[in-house]
Amino acid sequence: MKPKQYKGIVLSNINIVDNIYELKIIGKFKGNPGQFYMLRSWDLEPFLSRPLSICNIEEDALTFLYEVRGKGTNILSNLRNGDSIYLLGPLGRGFPLDNRRKVGIVAGGIGIAPMIYLCKSLNGNIDFYGGFKEKPFYMDKIEKYIDKLYISTDSGKEGYKGFITDIFNLEKYSTVYTCGPIPMMEKIKYICEKRDISLYISMEKHMACGVGACFGCSIKTTSGIKKVCKDGPVFKGEEIIFRD
Amino acid sequence: MTSIEIFGIEFKNPVITASGTFSQDYEEFFPLSKLGGICTKGLTLNEKEGNTGIRIHETTGGLLNSIGLQNPGVDNFISKELPQMENYDTVIIANVGGSTVEEYIKVIEKLNNTNIPLIELNISCPNVKEGGMAFGIKSDIAFKVVTEVKKVCKKPLVVKLSPNAENILDMAYKCCEAGADGLSLVNTFSGMAIDIENKKPVFENVIAGLSGPCIKPIALRMVYEVSKIVNIPIIGVGGIIDYKDALEYIMAGASAVQIGSGNFIKPSISLDIINGIEKFVKEENIKSIKEIIGIARR
Repeated sequence: MKPKQYKGIVLSNINIVDNIYELKIIGKFKGNPGQFYMLRSWDLEPFLSRPLSICNIEEDALTFLYEVRGKGTNILSNLRNGDSIYLLGPLGRGFPLDNRRKVGIVAGGIGIAPMIYLCKSLNGNIDFYGGFKEKPFYMDKIEKYIDKLYISTDSGKEGYKGFITDIFNLEKYSTVYTCGPIPMMEKIKYICEKRDISLYISMEKHMACGVGACFGCSIKTTSGIKKVCKDGPVFKGEEIIFRD
Repeated sequence: MTSIEIFGIEFKNPVITASGTFSQDYEEFFPLSKLGGICTKGLTLNEKEGNTGIRIHETTGGLLNSIGLQNPGVDNFISKELPQMENYDTVIIANVGGSTVEEYIKVIEKLNNTNIPLIELNISCPNVKEGGMAFGIKSDIAFKVVTEVKKVCKKPLVVKLSPNAENILDMAYKCCEAGADGLSLVNTFSGMAIDIENKKPVFENVIAGLSGPCIKPIALRMVYEVSKIVNIPIIGVGGIIDYKDALEYIMAGASAVQIGSGNFIKPSISLDIINGIEKFVKEENIKSIKEIIGIARR
């Protein structure tokens, strides 16, 4: 699927919870689960575009779910219906779809963003594990695609009190997909490795070009230096080195 | 109207993509044959993994990078990447990096056997610990390096200067004396950033290279001053993001320009710049780009 440059129009931009926003762009877009787009709705400040993974693709809209962290996402959060935005994508390699047997998806915080579209594309047979700080979000959007939902919060306000990795029961999965905080993904990798389960990890890294040219997002993997933007952001579990 | 012959090579327009910011991946966004030229990433003798830790950091009006010359090595480049690049109807410029004179020479000897028409010698990478940078700071050292390289280089040689040179005019003059066929000005400026939460420099190497629109006025001044004292072609580079920036460099004395960080704003930015220059030249009834090279200096 060839990436393209687009001038998009904002359909909606909703504050879901705390500093999490859902941005919808009008139009027919392409992309696989786990791929991303580079977005910018500003001229020169900040200098770089922001990579956001595809949260959903519908007939007439492309959805992103993002957390406001800095200058760029803060500007994005002020977008309104009708505003224009520059998009570049779809970029990178997404999740290979493998649901011959039961699939486990483990996502933490904003790491759930690429998982909605993944669930939709996998076509059933999924257990979903969502870890959150205070308040789970977007779970209503995911429920219809999955068999069982497990939730944890740091505060214990909803679901299990503690880390999602504590209640991750891998007995039944042939494939696991994960995206979220590094310690969470590291734990999942450790668990899956012991059981010889195929694991796919979606990595996050600051990017400049987003297309594979600048080597700004390179990471060391077991199969050499890889670019998160071009060779990833999804990697096989065994490729990722969380610490040297 | 926008074509230009420099170093005996015909460029269809004066717009070249800068080393380390552009690759064949951009073919997905526009036909690369539209470009005046493509400058490769910095090639070293052996494959380089580049630096560990954070590699890019945004600043106001630009970005700091500490990539550390990640590249597949000259042999892999020649066998795996060059054949595809040669399909594009554009001038391929090999950017040569290295940390010793011997390394530069070995890389250039390998490039001598290719069809690449032009070599850009990077004596100014701030992100490689040993050597490299020192060559670009002291003009006497640069003189020796360029003299040695010229002895083996069978292609026209453009020397890419560092703005961190002790004296940019002396540096340019010495490189010229040593036999450089052209100069590109400038590489990135040495800069740094501090992570106030960790209370440490952002980059493992502490110092990184600053590029982007924030450096343009200084880089432009350097092109302007250097072009007054040398009689070899200059390629202007530093913070160009539109055709107006490019024309400023040309009017300051550059025969061609390179687009670097601007590629990160929009992959097809070079195409916009080419079209903008063409429109300007037409509207101003300029018959050849040559008419306006250094026109602001006269």
